[in-house]
Amino acid sequence: MSPHPASENSGIWKLIFGRLDWSAIPIHEPILIGTFIAVAIGGVAVLGLVTKYRLWGMLWRDWFTTVDHKRIGIMYMILGLIMFVRGFADAVMMRLQQAMAFNGSEGYLNAHHYDQIFTAHGVIMIFFVAMPMITGIMNYMVPLQIGARDVSFPFLNNFSFWMTTAGAVIVMMSLFVGEFARTGWLAYPPLSGIAYSPGVGVDYYIWGLQIAGIGTLLSGVNLIATIVKMRAPGMSMMKLPIFVWTSLCANVLIVAAFPVLTAVLALLSLDRYVGTAFFTNDMGGNPMMYVNLIWIWGHPEVYILILPLFGVFSEVTSTFSNKRLFGYSSMVYATVVIAILSYLVWLHHFFTMGSGASVNSFFGITTMVISIPTGAKLFNWLFTMYRGRIRFELPMMWTVAFMLTFVVGGMTGVLLAVPPADFVLHNSLFLIAHFHNVIIGGVLFGLFAAINYWWPKAFGFKLDRKWGVYSFWLWVVGFWFAFMPLYILGLMGVTRRMRVFDDPSLQIWFEIAALGAVMIAAGIACMFIQFGVSIKNRDKLRDTTGDPWNGRTLEWATSSPPPDYNFAFTPVIHDGDAWADMKKRGYQRPTSGFEPIHMPSNTGTGVIIAGLSIAFSVGMIWYMWWLAGLSFVGILAVAIGHTFNYKRDFHIPRDVVERTEGERTRQLAMQG
Amino acid sequence: MASAPTIDPAFLDKDGKPLFHLEHEPHHPEGSSTMLGFWMYLMSDCLIFACLFATYAVLGGNYAAGPGPKDLFDLSLVALNTAMLLFSSITYGFAMLAVEKNRIGATQGWLAITGLFGLAFLGIELYEFAHLIHEGATPMRSGFLSAFFALVGTHGLHVTFGIIWLATLMVQVAKKGLIPANQRRLMCLSMFWHFLDVIWIGVFTFVYLMGMLR
Repeated sequence: MSPHPASENSGIWKLIFGRLDWSAIPIHEPILIGTFIAVAIGGVAVLGLVTKYRLWGMLWRDWFTTVDHKRIGIMYMILGLIMFVRGFADAVMMRLQQAMAFNGSEGYLNAHHYDQIFTAHGVIMIFFVAMPMITGIMNYMVPLQIGARDVSFPFLNNFSFWMTTAGAVIVMMSLFVGEFARTGWLAYPPLSGIAYSPGVGVDYYIWGLQIAGIGTLLSGVNLIATIVKMRAPGMSMMKLPIFVWTSLCANVLIVAAFPVLTAVLALLSLDRYVGTAFFTNDMGGNPMMYVNLIWIWGHPEVYILILPLFGVFSEVTSTFSNKRLFGYSSMVYATVVIAILSYLVWLHHFFTMGSGASVNSFFGITTMVISIPTGAKLFNWLFTMYRGRIRFELPMMWTVAFMLTFVVGGMTGVLLAVPPADFVLHNSLFLIAHFHNVIIGGVLFGLFAAINYWWPKAFGFKLDRKWGVYSFWLWVVGFWFAFMPLYILGLMGVTRRMRVFDDPSLQIWFEIAALGAVMIAAGIACMFIQFGVSIKNRDKLRDTTGDPWNGRTLEWATSSPPPDYNFAFTPVIHDGDAWADMKKRGYQRPTSGFEPIHMPSNTGTGVIIAGLSIAFSVGMIWYMWWLAGLSFVGILAVAIGHTFNYKRDFHIPRDVVERTEGERTRQLAMQG
Repeated sequence: MASAPTIDPAFLDKDGKPLFHLEHEPHHPEGSSTMLGFWMYLMSDCLIFACLFATYAVLGGNYAAGPGPKDLFDLSLVALNTAMLLFSSITYGFAMLAVEKNRIGATQGWLAITGLFGLAFLGIELYEFAHLIHEGATPMRSGFLSAFFALVGTHGLHVTFGIIWLATLMVQVAKKGLIPANQRRLMCLSMFWHFLDVIWIGVFTFVYLMGMLR
């Protein structure tokens, strides 16, 4: 942001608008203007439709203020999918730029724009795609799998969701007003300090992540308390579904890692706003302190992302092999060991810092050790499939693709864990290929497996197979085309975040990578078509049993979608694969004797505080101190006001339960 | 794994067949997860302080040719300050004893005294900060001072929010009495308050006492 001529920045303007002025609107960037027009038209259309069909009341009552973990889970998934489109648009732009910018061509993106894109891509994909989607799946499935009515703190759950959304809104705002950080996704100082990044970009980054981070931390606390306290009678820890175990470990990591991110970003803000000397080059600051702290959060973060999906793969493998999971207890121990080890490896992200051979060896060895429990998991999945009656439904296809892809990513990870090799490969495209290999091959494939697996539970109909298969092959093949060239380029010494290239012999590899990106784009399109086609044909794809895959865990014991109260009676568990056990023993679903059910009530407090947090962040980012101050006082007032509401629950009356369950009895009888 | 797992006799019906659901809704005591959840929050907060302590450990010797701990700290003032906070923890303990005996007046009295001790602590801390800044030892002066102000200031901010919370709870106790919800809230604030005491003991030891030895 170049300082604007003094005319507009007079005293009163500054007082009201801080450093915001007309130069913040990127009218000189045709790409952004085009995007803005498209977003504005789309936004107006959506708002218009919602108004036309009078949906505001319904949206507010049933969705925005809901404390139902299932609805919150779905909202997390929608948030993740929307942000995924944005993050992927960034990826395509980068691939296109790098495929073009050879032989003296500057490509089509200027440096200012390109640097924002690679930063935004990383930030959005990790914080606003992967995190909301795994949180959404855990939110939806954990209470169902443990036979609970909701999470431990239903209001907090709603609040967490809206804080995550507020963070996403703040990051998206930077696209059209001002700029985003040009620092890379972890905003290393001194580049992210006020001296080298005087604009609003890093401030957007800081406040977007701080607000979303509060939501993530609280949802972590919430899910741990839920798993520890709300399990159905009989469900001891070693009878937990494996997805609940991996979720538990991931949430422990969230609670143990996110405060570090909060602290380190707070210190960076102090450097930027107050002028302190934490991470500066002069006055006794130490930028490497930032790098250490942010990776003490950052490494556990990648396990926060992958662990729940390991759980998904376990559930899917066991269900579609029609077998109990092989080595359940070793799976649990492997998960716990990975969770612990994830705290002992952070320094492998900067072996080149120069800590010396002993320190680097320690972290290199701990990193390699992680591959042992991970390898154990892989063998467990293989042995689960061994002699199983495997059904290659979509979730299983994604799981097999994961196993093949993730192993390659894991092995390049072990290569990078060797400090001398890392000195050559550090910050190269080899690294980029490696972590996309594990994040796409692990996290994203896992999310697709989970979506295809649990969609029928959430909506009562299966996803269309044909378009799912198209999406699957385009994704998997596209992935290999997009990232194998980056391994090769990395070995040839090409570093990350480059905008233009001098050596024309490299171009072909970037073109192949761009082709891969196009295939992935087609895969994403097929996925959205799959959703659309499935919704259109929902009557044909309908599942009235509540158990379309012959599932093994409790979520398949109830109807699809489950009623607000999940289970009419609290289930009792005798076995790890509770629902498989119930089916084997000829369990009869009760059809009488229902009781009123105690439930938490909805509240708008979460939406309001999240809205005020956006206002607060805008005030801080643009130096509108009055706005920051007012909205902070507002947040306190609303939060305190909320504590004066003691009536937070209600009972679903007996006749409503009877009617709902009667309907299910009728449906089950109809299909015989 | 055995094909037919053994079943807890509590989950058999009268014919000895396994039960798959409870006939009646089990009684969930309201707020049964609150203490666990609050503990986890406290531990996450503890990690924020751990980061600030670590930052102080790394930057604490970087004076940038500016003043060091020996030039700045006044141990007798800090001792007084520490006493205020420790006393406030004791008086909060008395408030909780009064809650146990269901005595609203005594509870409110002890809470008020706790709040006053907290305010005294904050007042002394602000005086100390003002004094340091007046002497040119601002947070911007050096890495050491940045880390010092961040650590001690974050603790002070926590005490400030604790006092706001305490005042809110006093109003709620006045309105609703010592109902279970309010007892639970008082218990949470109690944990928060003692937690801040523990953190302060760390600050007192590692920042002030060891700073004087540096």
